[in-house]
Amino acid sequence: MPPLRQVMVGACAAALWLAFYLHLEAAARWLTHTVLRQSTEQPLGAAVFFFTYETPKVLLLLVAVVFVVGIIRSFFTPERTRQLLAGRRELTGGVLAALLGIVTPFCSCSAVPLFIGFVTSGVPLGVTFSFLISAPMINEVALVLLFGLFGWKVAALYVGTGLTVAILAGWIIGKLRLEYWIEDWVRAAQVGAGADEEHLDWPARLRMGGAAVRDIVGKVWPYVLLGIAVGAGIHGYVPENFMAAIMGRDAWWSVPVAVLLGVPMYSNAAGIIPIVQALLGKGAALGTVLAFMMSVIALSLPEAIILRKVLKPQLIAVFFGVVAVGIMLVGFLFNAVM
Amino acid sequence: MKKIQVLGVGCAKCKALAANAEAAARAVGGAQMEKVESLQEIMRFGVMITPALVVDGKVVSAGKVLTVDEISKFLE
Repeated sequence: MPPLRQVMVGACAAALWLAFYLHLEAAARWLTHTVLRQSTEQPLGAAVFFFTYETPKVLLLLVAVVFVVGIIRSFFTPERTRQLLAGRRELTGGVLAALLGIVTPFCSCSAVPLFIGFVTSGVPLGVTFSFLISAPMINEVALVLLFGLFGWKVAALYVGTGLTVAILAGWIIGKLRLEYWIEDWVRAAQVGAGADEEHLDWPARLRMGGAAVRDIVGKVWPYVLLGIAVGAGIHGYVPENFMAAIMGRDAWWSVPVAVLLGVPMYSNAAGIIPIVQALLGKGAALGTVLAFMMSVIALSLPEAIILRKVLKPQLIAVFFGVVAVGIMLVGFLFNAVM
Repeated sequence: MKKIQVLGVGCAKCKALAANAEAAARAVGGAQMEKVESLQEIMRFGVMITPALVVDGKVVSAGKVLTVDEISKFLE
């Protein structure tokens, strides 16, 4: 348990955060009406209100979530995750791997050492893939933005479908028994013990949360502002249903096209949200946009090139194929039920 | 003199850690520096998340860009 003093400071910070958060709408209304003398009935006023309300709201949410996730991640090192996954049966292992993918610190530049470390210590191939799919795809920044801009239903759908794709794709790859498509040197690799388990106290974990906020929020805030500005413009000006004809739910072929377009595009989750916002605002169907977003984040050519060091081309093709089909199914499902 | 190895395959964070390690080495009056960029070599240390810092053959940190002060503590 954290020491009492830290609990007190944390409670005060949380109370202050909540006080700000609950007054944002009133403050934005006051700014729009009283200071700038704009009516929210007019396009300009609507855009100004949207921007002045959403910007602090999303930034506050982002700081809180990234801080909490940073603390959670201090409990999950890759070594511990590997221990939890080694020797698991395929389906239970896949579910666990996809969940751990959310909370284990991960960067795409570490995908290869992580892959080798998992596979050589007895984590099944399919389980390893479930982890490698879920870790980049389910991203806390994207989650906050989707929650802030589209509500909790879209955010929950994003996490739920991301987990499902990661679990099923890993399970299929495991069932196909493709171990012989791992490069030979990986099996023969000498793998050392790694770093000793660090004993972190609560001040250290809180510092890690703070470092995550500086690192991540410091990097993504321009994209966030851009996304909200795009949203504000759409809110005020662009007619609805602009994109409906080519990306609406009646155009079934738009889902596979969106997934194929997403593969060569490479962006982090924060960079893609402005585009998501623009597409949805102009009448594109949610399933199509979700499929596009997942494809951009989860499937990228640079990642394929990195993975080529440890996987034969056939296995990379199967990996991309299975994930792409999974994402398309998610797209079709959403367009059918929403 | 201690031997510092920075493990990483050339990501931005790996470069940042290497720069901090060099500064720390200067601060304590010199250390032997090496950048390890071969994957096989990195795996031999058992590191699953880069960048990692190795002092005298022992992995002291993985997945973090340590500050100059933090690295200096390992060199004393």
